[in-house]
Amino acid sequence: MTPLETYTLRHGDDCLVLGQRLCEWAARSPQLEEDVALLNIALDLLGSARSLLSQVGDEDQLAFLRDEPAFTNAQIMELDNGDFGRTMARQLLVSGYQVLLWEALSSSADEGLAGVAGKAVKEAAYHLDHAHSWVVRLGDGTEESHARMQAGLDDVWPYALELFEADDVVTSLVAQGIAADPEVLEPAWRATVEKVLTEATLGVPSSDWRPTGGRHGLHTEPFGYLLAEMQHLQRTHPGASW
Amino acid sequence: MTTVAEVREVLAQVADPEIPVVTIADLGILRDVTVDGTAIIVTITPTYSGCPAMDEIRADISSALAAHGWDDVVVKLVLSPAWTTDWMSADGRRKLEEYGIAPPRRTGSGPVAVGLSQRDSAGLSCPQCGSRDTEELSRFASTACKSLWRCKACREPFDHFKDH
Repeated sequence: MTPLETYTLRHGDDCLVLGQRLCEWAARSPQLEEDVALLNIALDLLGSARSLLSQVGDEDQLAFLRDEPAFTNAQIMELDNGDFGRTMARQLLVSGYQVLLWEALSSSADEGLAGVAGKAVKEAAYHLDHAHSWVVRLGDGTEESHARMQAGLDDVWPYALELFEADDVVTSLVAQGIAADPEVLEPAWRATVEKVLTEATLGVPSSDWRPTGGRHGLHTEPFGYLLAEMQHLQRTHPGASW
Repeated sequence: MTTVAEVREVLAQVADPEIPVVTIADLGILRDVTVDGTAIIVTITPTYSGCPAMDEIRADISSALAAHGWDDVVVKLVLSPAWTTDWMSADGRRKLEEYGIAPPRRTGSGPVAVGLSQRDSAGLSCPQCGSRDTEELSRFASTACKSLWRCKACREPFDHFKDH
């Protein structure tokens, strides 16, 4: 796989896996509007995933027939949803990152990435706005909602740091004007999310622990269950369509 | 000899599968038509990345053209430049409003503002009673391209085709 394909697949996997994970809220959200919102966000992510995966190979083959170590999403995308506060904490951290990522990639030297990013940046802005309003509402809410919002945030925070890792693939593509530079993204991301957390009266977590490995196929335990659910139909009935 | 104008005339009848009062041309989904001898290339662009109507739109285009005897058709999907509601025709906006969906306002396009929490507060006109005393209930509604609003005057909920 070329560095460009590797990079494209990483972001495609990010969108695919978080989109799939969010679908677990279907019919389980705190209110009907929230079901619709979370599944709309999942649908946007799935749309971006399809475009990105198709630039690397056959989208169905990549989504349904790869084994766990071949997936290169960051681990934050696969984490269990937990309670609604934790889901919103993750969405804030991920959408805050994706708005900046897509903004940068919309002027990528690679036309394929730029095309996907130019559309996704507008959608991610809605996702961020949605997560922002919930994080503030729950963080600056009751004692119970504040405590659970903070606990969810503390859980997912260390995983967000993986989004800003640079390896040879990223570094070489940044030099060619293709990839977004993580060193530029990280401080902008911190500014975005810290502003929201302050408004939400939440503490900004600090963590020396930086989980890593997602980009190279190392995943957490909940990921296997997600894949099993996503893939079992195609694996049981290869080529099934309806 | 097939002309672009003839093909466009047929495509002008192809409706959006989710909001059938408007056509794909009204929405700005139809980007280009080229004819080379008998070969027709129709270029379309999705509204939102995950728009589930794209496959159906593609099939509707092919079958509308086939019904006129044009079989040599390729429907091409492009992402760039990214679709914006500024491409929606005046006719399309009017038809949406008559159907009960508040049409998008001009975005002025250009770079997207990524400011935080800009809950839509500029009052939209209620498509039922015309009142401007309306509020947004949810950014996300029955389809990716719409948000859910409520009119505080007539108490009716309504969809808004988001400014995008």
